[in-house]
Amino acid sequence: MENAKNPAISEDKSANSVQDNNKDNLSELKLTVSPHIKSSLTTKGVMLDVIIALIPTLAAGAWIQGPRAFLIAFTGVLSSVLAEYLYNRFMKKPNTIGDLSAAVTGMLIALNMPVTIPLWMVVVGSVFAIVIVKQLFGGLGRNFANPALTARIFMLLSFPAAMNNFVMPFQWKSSSEIVTTATPLYTLYEAFKSGSPDSFLTAAKDFPSLTSLFLGQMQGTIGEISALALLLGFIYLLYRGVIRLSIPVSFVGTVAVVMLIAGKGSLNFVAGQILSGGLLLGAIFMATDYTTSPMSIKGKIIFGIGCGLITCFIRLFGSLHEGVSYAILIMNIFSPFIDRLTRPRPFGQTKKGGKAHAKA
Amino acid sequence: MAKTKVSPLETFSKGFVKENPVLRLVLGTCPALAVSNTMVSAIGMGIATIMVLVMTNTIISALKKVIPSKVRIPAYIVIISTMVTVVQMLVKAFLPVIYDALGVYLPLITVNCIILGRAESFASKNSVALSILDGLGMGIGFLAALFSISLIREFVGGGTILSGIQSLLPFLSGSSFNGVDVASAVSQYTALEPIKIFILPAGGFMVFGFLMALVNRINHKKGKPSVELGCGSCKACDKEAK
Repeated sequence: MENAKNPAISEDKSANSVQDNNKDNLSELKLTVSPHIKSSLTTKGVMLDVIIALIPTLAAGAWIQGPRAFLIAFTGVLSSVLAEYLYNRFMKKPNTIGDLSAAVTGMLIALNMPVTIPLWMVVVGSVFAIVIVKQLFGGLGRNFANPALTARIFMLLSFPAAMNNFVMPFQWKSSSEIVTTATPLYTLYEAFKSGSPDSFLTAAKDFPSLTSLFLGQMQGTIGEISALALLLGFIYLLYRGVIRLSIPVSFVGTVAVVMLIAGKGSLNFVAGQILSGGLLLGAIFMATDYTTSPMSIKGKIIFGIGCGLITCFIRLFGSLHEGVSYAILIMNIFSPFIDRLTRPRPFGQTKKGGKAHAKA
Repeated sequence: MAKTKVSPLETFSKGFVKENPVLRLVLGTCPALAVSNTMVSAIGMGIATIMVLVMTNTIISALKKVIPSKVRIPAYIVIISTMVTVVQMLVKAFLPVIYDALGVYLPLITVNCIILGRAESFASKNSVALSILDGLGMGIGFLAALFSISLIREFVGGGTILSGIQSLLPFLSGSSFNGVDVASAVSQYTALEPIKIFILPAGGFMVFGFLMALVNRINHKKGKPSVELGCGSCKACDKEAK
């Protein structure tokens, strides 16, 4: 027996000595939790894709509302990146501006502003988004709400006049004074209240045609006006696999269904509601934020439907005429709970959580 | 629990920063957030609370041997609400504008946790003189917290400092001084304007959080071991410890 044991012991010993020899090499190996599938998807890559997807929107905004849009975008990006850099520096944290997430936040903030906004307000919004909404909660991946979106709400509450100071399309090109008219969303709100939306919209003179709504020839913030440019970005993001269809489609779909009922079947009314205001910008670029939306497909659809319903209720019954940002913020707060409710069932378990029994 | 002797001076001064009732003990946050959008109402609330706190601490400390332990909370509340009623009538008579500005929060001093907290954890165990000092110190700490919150909120959110001060200090009513309007003075030269959200409740919470972090940082910097906060010294916990 002893003889039989001995080789085992010596084997152990030799194994130990081998381990000792390899210790230096082993310590260089990384131990990570599963999944071990390697993917080329990095934070930096995703953020770069989002920036690329936003470029048509920015270009359309600048074409319709004037080149000042570029200045605002530059200010937003610069102040966001600077705020992130200074915060990390001040709090002695590793520098995170390289992941480009601050640049995306700055770009989204800029796209949520009217083109007339004073630059210092853009800086205030960016600093608020980066420092208070993102970094104080732990940085990228730990923020409970979308920073750019919360900054928009912060600015809407802080500077109501400046945030609603819209220009008419191509006003920057003409020298003559152009009288600003009611925003499309306000006309839509009036149409809903009138009781017969379809006839109200055809009668309303200052309501843009569906083509101009689609191309972006209306009043609004820099980023929200051109549905065409937003859809280009959407297709790019889908093609690159950065976002999935579930949230945008369920969000916009819910709005379409509710508005079809509210508009008494008027397709004009539905198209107007979808194409005007921040719905597409919010549904494509803000609601799909990884950190603040649910993880499972089922959860994402619940999230999208919730966003759509709240948007409709605010637009139809609220005093604001626009509710996309509030809707997304509210659903951001709900998303951990949605995640908990829609936790996927592990393979091999029954619905009640027990082990599945093979039917013999 | 072995108690360390605390000097009268420390009894008085601990409420300022070390055990600031709002920013360290997180008591009385409802009035601290609700009335801190203007400095005048915040100061009015602070002074009213100091008056109530000193009077209740005095009376409760003097009656500590008389009040039976089993019914002490109702007894404290009766004393506190009496004092609040007195202060409320005084404010209504002499500072009607402040009375309107504070609204429901003035009678709500009755249920301000700072007052019951000090009665329970200090006045019911210490001499009258020390209780007065404690009440005064804690009250000043409360006033200081409200003053700083409201200074930031009114300046950033409204662009003014001490706006409407004449309603708080009636003897100023003859003079031309009625607060500083920074915003309209600055607006002639720059495009800056107040960030209105700080007047709204959301801004109140933000300022509150920042000041709390600041006070915690000051306390950590001193390198002292963290003080035992909250109700650690009240009778209920004593019993559990035993």
